[in-house]
Amino acid sequence: MSNPFFSSLAEFAKGRDSRKFTIEEVARYFMSRTEQLNPSLNVCLSLNENAINRARQLDARLARNGADSPFFGYPIMIKDNLEMEGFPTTCASKILEGYISRRTATSVARLLSLGAIVLGKTNLDEFAMGSSTENSAFGPSKNPWNPTRVPGGSSGGSAAAVAAGLAPLSLGSDTGGSIRQPAAFCGVLGIKPTYGRISRSGLVAFSSSLDQIGPFSGSASDALEALVAMGGRDSLDMTTTERDPGEMRRDFAATRMEETQIGIPEVLFGEGLDPSIRKRLLELREALGGKGAREVPVTLPHSAYGINVYYLVATSEASSNLSRFDGVRYGFRVKNPADLRTMYEETRDAGFGDEVKRRILLGTFALSAGYQEAFYRKARKVQSLIRKDFMEAFQHCDAILTPTSPTPPFAFGEKTGDPLSMYLSDVYTITANLAGLPALSVPVGLDGQGLPVGAHLIGPPWSEGRLLKLAEFISALYPMPLPEVHAGHPTVKGPGDRG
Amino acid sequence: MNLSKSDVLHVARLSALALSEAEVDRIAGELSAILNYVEGLSSVDLSGIPAEEGSRLPTALAEDLPVQSLSTDWALAGAPDRSGPFFQVPRILEEGR
Repeated sequence: MSNPFFSSLAEFAKGRDSRKFTIEEVARYFMSRTEQLNPSLNVCLSLNENAINRARQLDARLARNGADSPFFGYPIMIKDNLEMEGFPTTCASKILEGYISRRTATSVARLLSLGAIVLGKTNLDEFAMGSSTENSAFGPSKNPWNPTRVPGGSSGGSAAAVAAGLAPLSLGSDTGGSIRQPAAFCGVLGIKPTYGRISRSGLVAFSSSLDQIGPFSGSASDALEALVAMGGRDSLDMTTTERDPGEMRRDFAATRMEETQIGIPEVLFGEGLDPSIRKRLLELREALGGKGAREVPVTLPHSAYGINVYYLVATSEASSNLSRFDGVRYGFRVKNPADLRTMYEETRDAGFGDEVKRRILLGTFALSAGYQEAFYRKARKVQSLIRKDFMEAFQHCDAILTPTSPTPPFAFGEKTGDPLSMYLSDVYTITANLAGLPALSVPVGLDGQGLPVGAHLIGPPWSEGRLLKLAEFISALYPMPLPEVHAGHPTVKGPGDRG
Repeated sequence: MNLSKSDVLHVARLSALALSEAEVDRIAGELSAILNYVEGLSSVDLSGIPAEEGSRLPTALAEDLPVQSLSTDWALAGAPDRSGPFFQVPRILEEGR
């Protein structure tokens, strides 16, 4: 996260405007660091060869007209399921081989229009389906804290990029925890906004009713500015809100820890949670109490069914969304198919990886004649109960605190043989998607093995500003050491574990 | 519930996925395990519960304005195979029909 130029977006803007450094110097620093470390971390799937040129042009514009946004010249990376005109979008899948985007995602376009520089596109689990980046057709990314561990997923490349200091901010997407779990695993902040806060136009759809785009950053205030920049109505995504994204800044400024009621679903701190994570979270609860926050017990009785509901709803939508990959209009096609049907079937069999096929099949089954009532419809009913539980809980509290992940970052291969055990890594994050709620993961130090631990805050709809302010308070309690990453052999600096 | 090999082949056909023999065996086991897990939903009392509808807001409509549509070359630029202004795919109809 650290770099020789600035420690936050605001500091970047100040240094840029006072000519302490040029935009080009900053872009060159991050680009060369990425070129040096990417071969060992496998975080970027493609780099923007035009980034330095753009930086130079922005410097020239700065000299003429000054800058009107902190993002003017700010280097970022984006997950490779977000489209950017003229660049490949692979979704880490063989089926998009050779595909070049001809449009730019609204979220990315809004940052670009403010002057941001996209340095590269980051690795992910294929079509954002997974919790480790091990489902990438281009090999997994490494966790900058420990190269034998996964960075989490599916937005693992974006999380690792920020943790390893390859970019100060990156974008990911979150359908069941794909921003928050890798944020926890890599020791950075990651937020999934309220459904409808940010346009999904140009995000390759996985599960349209659950997908949201959000940032990874080193600080809550940087994430806030990114959300404000990307948020708001977009005619290309009819689910985007009319609300003013500026409300998040106002809520951020107005939030005080001493007036905050933190909902605690005690059952989620019990069985199934790694003891070293529990220890960190219990310390956090005590520390928040010391700052004047009040704990409120809440029950979310139907959250226990979150995984069940998710793997029916998300796979059903995925089976429909991924039907567009048929070898006709773009991407990969098998050579010399016998007929049209064979072309579809063999292209999809060869183009999709195992997890994507599994989910397409599961979703197709859940929607198929004779099973739709027993599986899909039932899941949608339980989903409405999960949402109702949250709305009732938020009558009594401002935010709900849980762990982000039940385990620390796991080893490569540890869960790939058992899809269900991989699915369970999302047990705490998945319900926020099912209820459309904003939620974030904020680092709360390291566990006994020197691996990052994340705390998870879920809020009522449109409460991103407040959640981020609470995350800022928490960050102040847990100054994070930095992973020491070397080309060729990433190593970890002393854990700095506080017992 | 447990899926048989023929169940998997049926769903694979609906999904337009050609699966190898080995894949069918493996996937039947994996999907059965997942389905047995998700069937835990059966223990929830759902009498009178409406299905989740997502947004409660009325459907937002785009403004009805004429805009430039995609050019043919734009639409065809990523096609694995094309013939003039068309996507080209293997023959669907037999000759003489």
